[in-house]
Amino acid sequence: MGKIVAGVGTSHVPSYGVAYDTNQQDNPKWAPVFEGYAPAKAWLKEIGVTHAIVIYNDHGTDFFYDKYPTFAMGAADEYPIGDEGWGPRNLPSVKGDSDFSWHLANSLVKESEFDLTICQQLEVDHGLLSPHPFLFDHDPDWDVKTVPLNVNVLQHPLPTARRLWKLGQGLRKAVESYPQDARVAVIGTGGLSHQLHGNRFGHMNEAWDHEFLDLIEDNPEALIDLPHDTWMERGGAESVEMTMWLAMRGAMTPKVKKIHRFYYLPMLTGMALTVLEDDTTEAA
Amino acid sequence: MSKETGHSDHIPGTFVFTGQRSRKGLNLNRFAYSLHEANNREAYLKDPEGYMDSCGLSQWEKTRILEGDWKSLIEEGGGSVYMLLKMCAVTSAGLTDLGAQMRGETQEEFLKTRNVVLRENA
Repeated sequence: MGKIVAGVGTSHVPSYGVAYDTNQQDNPKWAPVFEGYAPAKAWLKEIGVTHAIVIYNDHGTDFFYDKYPTFAMGAADEYPIGDEGWGPRNLPSVKGDSDFSWHLANSLVKESEFDLTICQQLEVDHGLLSPHPFLFDHDPDWDVKTVPLNVNVLQHPLPTARRLWKLGQGLRKAVESYPQDARVAVIGTGGLSHQLHGNRFGHMNEAWDHEFLDLIEDNPEALIDLPHDTWMERGGAESVEMTMWLAMRGAMTPKVKKIHRFYYLPMLTGMALTVLEDDTTEAA
Repeated sequence: MSKETGHSDHIPGTFVFTGQRSRKGLNLNRFAYSLHEANNREAYLKDPEGYMDSCGLSQWEKTRILEGDWKSLIEEGGGSVYMLLKMCAVTSAGLTDLGAQMRGETQEEFLKTRNVVLRENA
């Protein structure tokens, strides 16, 4: 049977990829990131994650505004590494599980009324790939099967935070009705605070980032009615990606156990990682 | 107060990428998007003007692209920052260059405002 064994919220900053590919773990500017992710990778391995559902957004790698889906899920056994302008990264293509994806699609569409675009061919970019090698082994090949779930957080109108929360609830229902064994990590990516345009370029908000990290763990429902304007005011226009963490949190139990947290605010973006586990113990 | 549907650009220094902007910048963004393919980057570098013409760009758009005027392309031209960033692959500009320009600062001034400078031309 399918079971959600981990919830992960993570930034997907593109410079992570450059740092990873050029082995910057001993560079004091980058060491905090490598050290911040290492315990998460070890724990995900220890609990035996077999599948990762990654809620992310494409950045003009395989989707363009001529036709732009609000929700698009991969249903393939392999996802090529996209070319974002500098050639594809030297990583093995991301491996999928099309049977698992089609099961999720059937459940999400029929039981939870999420009418997804299904992609049997999909190239992935830093939205998924920046954190992925920090979380999972990939040499000689990835040790998890991945389901990319792309969300429009670029071209307004965007799906609401509440809609992403509900997507998470739908994902939980879908995973738990999977008849085969699957130990699933649900990963919400993006953020935290950043703005990449206008003379507010470089806006960051450390206090809001920390408040968000606390709320996503302990009181996520305080976040689901925040309009996009509020997310943008607090965290910068491009920080609306943070709403994708709610799809992860909506897939978890109301109470969760914190396994690990990391935060670093160097240059343009609040870099963060949260690792959670269901808490099924009764409240005292 | 801005309405969720309208986005009246009430946040200073912010140009929300709305449907209206996306329609205005469709050709510009399509051009930038096309640069994710190596053969298109090659074609652009060989003949920038010719390649931009083949994408149906206006004279205003072509001039701003050649001048590296990111600010105007986004604020007036309907440019989507995520698409325009593909242009960095065919110019010497990096993210902090365009950030400094949009803030009206030199790169040096901008970098002084950062906690840690990860890469100068990130």
